[in-house]
Amino acid sequence: MTALEKNQPAEEPFEDARQTLLAIVGHMIPASTEFGLPGADDPAIYADILRSVGRDKPLLSKALDAVEAWAGGRLATLPRDQQAALLAEFRSAEPELAGVLEAVTARCYYRDDRVMAAIGVEGRPPFPLGYEVEEGDWSLLDPVRARGPIYRAVGEGGQRS
Amino acid sequence: MNETVDVLIIGAGASGAAVAWSLAETKMRILCLEQGDWQKPSGYPSSGRDWEARLSEDFAISPNRRRLAADYPINDDDSPIKIANFNGVGGGTILYAGHYPRLHPSDFKVRSLDGIAEDWPIDYATLEPFYALNDRMMGISSLLGDPAYPPKEAVMPPIPMGRTGQTLGKAMNRLGWHWWPSDAAIVTREYEGRAPCINLGQCGSGCAQGAKGSTDVTYWPEAIRARIELRSRCRVSRIETNEAGMATGAYYFDADGKEIFQPAEIVIMACNGIGTPRILLNSASDRFPNGLANSSGLVGKNLMLHPYAQIRGHFDQPMDGHRGSPICTWSHEFYETDRSRGFVRGYCYQFSRGTGPVRAAINGMADGLIPWGEGHHAAFRRLFGHSAGMVSVCEDLPEETNRVTLDPDLKDADGIPAPKITYRLSDNSRKMLDHSVARGIEILKAAGAHHITTKAPLPYAGWHLMGTARMGADPERSVVNEWGRSHDVKNLFIVDGSVFVTSGGVNPTSTIQAVALYIADQIKSRLYELFD
Ligand SMILES: Cc1cc2nc3c(=O)[nH]c(=O)nc-3n(C[C@H](O)[C@H](O)[C@H](O)COP(=O)(O)OP(=O)(O)OC[C@H]3O[C@@H](n4cnc5c(N)ncnc54)[C@H](O)[C@@H]3O)c2cc1C
Ligand code: SF4
Repeated sequence: MTALEKNQPAEEPFEDARQTLLAIVGHMIPASTEFGLPGADDPAIYADILRSVGRDKPLLSKALDAVEAWAGGRLATLPRDQQAALLAEFRSAEPELAGVLEAVTARCYYRDDRVMAAIGVEGRPPFPLGYEVEEGDWSLLDPVRARGPIYRAVGEGGQRS
Repeated sequence: MNETVDVLIIGAGASGAAVAWSLAETKMRILCLEQGDWQKPSGYPSSGRDWEARLSEDFAISPNRRRLAADYPINDDDSPIKIANFNGVGGGTILYAGHYPRLHPSDFKVRSLDGIAEDWPIDYATLEPFYALNDRMMGISSLLGDPAYPPKEAVMPPIPMGRTGQTLGKAMNRLGWHWWPSDAAIVTREYEGRAPCINLGQCGSGCAQGAKGSTDVTYWPEAIRARIELRSRCRVSRIETNEAGMATGAYYFDADGKEIFQPAEIVIMACNGIGTPRILLNSASDRFPNGLANSSGLVGKNLMLHPYAQIRGHFDQPMDGHRGSPICTWSHEFYETDRSRGFVRGYCYQFSRGTGPVRAAINGMADGLIPWGEGHHAAFRRLFGHSAGMVSVCEDLPEETNRVTLDPDLKDADGIPAPKITYRLSDNSRKMLDHSVARGIEILKAAGAHHITTKAPLPYAGWHLMGTARMGADPERSVVNEWGRSHDVKNLFIVDGSVFVTSGGVNPTSTIQAVALYIADQIKSRLYELFD
């Protein structure tokens, strides 16, 4: 946990719409037994989402209001398959607002230790260990060298030389 | 009132740092005022588990999203390309990718060669020694012998090609097109106290390793050792002048919001292609009613941003993912004018590696490649760590209608008017973007990619800020002369990206710094006739 995470209280900014957001993230990234993955509605991940909305707070509120309006009331109280159908329609009608929902969800889901382990990424920050990257085979550049200069030569007075 | 300094530099970014370091040997009293602060490398996102999330929070590239104390708002509603910058010691180099091409010799002569825009009053040969000096100061890695350029030195070996560079390089060979490892402001060896790159892949949000050449770890430590004073958290509002039409210094707000006057014999603007015209326009007075140094009416005009296109694909085999500097190789195949393509001038490609899991998921969902629901996990696994692609950096031609003005309503925290951007894509740019998208798709197909996505113009890519106080010999057609001095105010210089006459089709920082070193050199060699 970094300073940024520690300093942010587990605020609950969307008291009214929390159930809506919970339903949305669960539809977006559901748990998977096949891949051994939690859903984005897993309590720890969802708490992280609520805590980490940050600068997206105004747009997220707008997105949640729009989903509620789209659902004609409370999304979370509707049957699950109806929720999924409504959200699919919402996503294609309001791609920008859907994008905000996706961003706040993915930012926390894809840093959870269980998820990172399942997708084969070490659960650590990049620094200080860094990563290995193949140097590559420099002889691949032989044909590029063989072709010779490709820049436009400029002579005195701006003429082609 | 503060004590008078010989030289007041405003802005501690790419150009401000270079000019400060170069002038240090004159032993003049030199002060730099910078509105932002020093960065702590240990505080960069790559040190924490929330490294990807912070790219859209306190390390967002848009000042309008970041909204930190150092930032000023920029009204970019009237532009399809949104502005990106960083305000602090190091300026934009804190966030830049360190992709470090030079302009080509032809870039300085577009009027003579192609009959468009204007020639620069200086040429590649004039800048060559300053490019080389700057390469050594910034610590540039590169591979000797790039046929896209006249011969140049290599300070140290290039960044690794990785799987991305090799896969796309093989495709370029199949097509018979130029490609080469990028010149990068990233040290690949221990260099001047800087540790080598360890492939964190987070150059775009500050390098915790100190391998990337941001000016807070290159020029500034040397300049400060040479007794240059850098005062951070000081935001300049305007330049003052006297009856003789000379600059007398600048007003600034300190960290407590107190307004202070700093007198100076010479003032050097280094606030970038938006910050500099903003302050010059805000320095309007009875003597200079249209803004300072603006008798040509060109301050703020001819804004060039380099429209970008992005072309990315996915591969069956794993690629580099988020490991390694995001950009690895470049192509200058379509750089020089070929009128049969339907446009003048050209563009380069930057070939880029993949992203971390968060960005892969967000992009994949936005592009419709990763669904919501059941199929999410399988689609994510297919795409994550398997993507690579490129952006094209298109030459933007100067047009007076593309400009920076002062917003009549929007102000920063100190009450200084915010800049307003008015920018349209030209027909030439659109054709160039289309061409680069079509060729980019060909490259990715030749490399065996599938699920190819394109964006043109890339909206959040206004990070190259050029042309708004251009240089030239004619005072009616330019703001500063051929060595960076204002035509109107004889002790006012501009050294940042504002002075670009044309933009070329490559990232500008190498040239911005070479020009700053050149202007500093001119100041030093003309010291006794500087105001004549
Ligand atoms: C995300 C990103 C990626 C980039 N990638 C690349 C790349 O790979 N290659 C490349 O060549 N370029 C890249 N760039 C662009 C590069 O950062 C700029 O070209 C370069 O930093 C511009 O140098 P400059 O000196 O003109 O201005 P800057 O470096 O922007 O410095 C201006 C400084 O002036 C200060 N300032 C402004 N107004 C005031 C005021 N009123 N009072 C006091 N201080 C003030 C600012 O705080 C800032 O520190 C990138 C930029 C960004 C944002
Ligand atoms: S890839 Fe290299 S230069 Fe970029 S952040 Fe990592 S260590 Fe620094």
